[in-house]
Amino acid sequence: MGAESSPKIVIVDESPIRAAILEEGLREAGFTGVVHISEMQSLLSRIYALDPDVILIDLENPSRDVLEQMFQVSRAVRRPIAMFVDQSDSASIQASVDAGVSAYIVDGLKKERIKPILDLCISRFNAFSKLQDELDRAKSALEDRKVIDRAKGILMKLKGLTEDEAYVLLRSTAMREKKKIGEIAQSILTASELLK
Amino acid sequence: MTGPLRIGFIPLVDAAALIVAVDKGFAAAEGLDVTLVREVSWSNVRDKLNIGLFDAAHLLAPVAIASSLGLGHVKVPIVASFSLGLNGNAITVSPALHAAIISEIEGDPVDPMATALALARVVAARRRSGAEPLTFGMTFPFSTHNYQLRFWMAAGGVDPDEDIRLVVLPPPYMVDSLANGHVDAFCVGAPWNSVAVDLGVGHILHFVSDILVRAAEKVLATRQEWSEKNPEILAALIRAHQRAAEFIEHSESRTEIAGILARPERIGVDADVIQRTLDGRLKISPDGTMRESSRYLLVGREGAARPDPVQAAWLYAQMVRWGQATISPEAVKIAKAVFRPDLYDAALGRRAGEDEAAFGSVGAFAGPAFDPDDVEGYLAAFNVFRRVP
Repeated sequence: MGAESSPKIVIVDESPIRAAILEEGLREAGFTGVVHISEMQSLLSRIYALDPDVILIDLENPSRDVLEQMFQVSRAVRRPIAMFVDQSDSASIQASVDAGVSAYIVDGLKKERIKPILDLCISRFNAFSKLQDELDRAKSALEDRKVIDRAKGILMKLKGLTEDEAYVLLRSTAMREKKKIGEIAQSILTASELLK
Repeated sequence: MTGPLRIGFIPLVDAAALIVAVDKGFAAAEGLDVTLVREVSWSNVRDKLNIGLFDAAHLLAPVAIASSLGLGHVKVPIVASFSLGLNGNAITVSPALHAAIISEIEGDPVDPMATALALARVVAARRRSGAEPLTFGMTFPFSTHNYQLRFWMAAGGVDPDEDIRLVVLPPPYMVDSLANGHVDAFCVGAPWNSVAVDLGVGHILHFVSDILVRAAEKVLATRQEWSEKNPEILAALIRAHQRAAEFIEHSESRTEIAGILARPERIGVDADVIQRTLDGRLKISPDGTMRESSRYLLVGREGAARPDPVQAAWLYAQMVRWGQATISPEAVKIAKAVFRPDLYDAALGRRAGEDEAAFGSVGAFAGPAFDPDDVEGYLAAFNVFRRVP
């Protein structure tokens, strides 16, 4: 695939997993010239050295402001740089802001060719945040289980209950108080800490 | 209660009026339901404001102007109806650069002309010895920090585009960059100068109030379109901010305010550092030297909260001086119209410009007095510039 058909894309992302997900997606779609920058030090000079056609950066990355400088200092770059999303295209900037990805495109690249890159990035970013959510949920479920187990232990010891009885007591209290079992268990742990 | 408002901010001390307006209940007292959204970059704040994800934002004053003129980005007319602060920035230099400037200085190091001339000698000596040019960090191309650094060094004959390197750095990265030698100096708002001094990696060389007596810093920004559709909500926002600014300027409430601002979901640094900033009492050297200034950061006092179109014109003049904008009478008009003292006065039921005339204007340490009606003539007085045809 020649340079004409595959623009050079730089992904600026401190998260290696997310960058890998993006990169893989782009490669599968035929965008072979993809480089990942994870180190924010001297970001601008790295970008100048790579001279990309497209820069993708996560909106949670404070270094986004560093890229703004490229629009000012035209003497340092081979050609002027423009932002892809212009006034006529507020829907795609909205989508890219929502998805946490924003695109900067070197002037001279046709918009129609950028659209699939941006769309792909947005869907990949969404996939990544879904993954992250699931991971967070799984983590907090595990945390809850540990807390519940310890609370059960305390109830069993103090009230002479079996494990099942202790759990039923936790669950019915949670339902009555309209709280999560994990929260009730946590308050038992806190109380028992205080009463030690 | 109105519908919920989302307001974006960057964790800096000059977001104080906004944060206090919300967290101290002044916004709720005006019937406003505000959610503050902490952001990581000015580009994000600007974009989210521009496309309507935010109803209002804590914004760099020059970004409000650039956005209204369509410079560097999408053109979206912005209204600045409340000035969140005057001054508040400082120039911090590495211990090595500090020593070099002090060894070259003739005169008082508080005098920006003396330091700028000393810097010019340091720059010349480095060039003779073949050393790398000095690197200065600032926060954004359209930032007060950028213009203040440039104004200062150019007065001493240092060309900021030829003699040194000027790079954008996100404020949270400033201190690390100074510590590891990536930059030799930076201009940034509070708390980052104090953080550098506390860590022993920097000396505060200047408060920005040494360079400009009154410098518009951040504004409460709304889209013009939104402002026209929601005049009552905007007026309520202005009133809530005014009450917050007045509360902040009461020195008895400072400890409480510093506590509010220090919360992790707000600015997230030590309350002590924030209080030093609000009090204008800063440690300027790792050896513990303190410096006090009644002009370090003005939140509501001396008419600081009322947007001043002269300030907008001065910022536009800097954009022209440094090649970010071409000069036109139409653009000067647009820039001035971004700052809306009329909305401020109307919201607070004041007569136009009741007290402000007494406080004066920009008051730069070098060059002629600024004339907002003759930007061209004003700029002709400077011999270091990067004007574009």
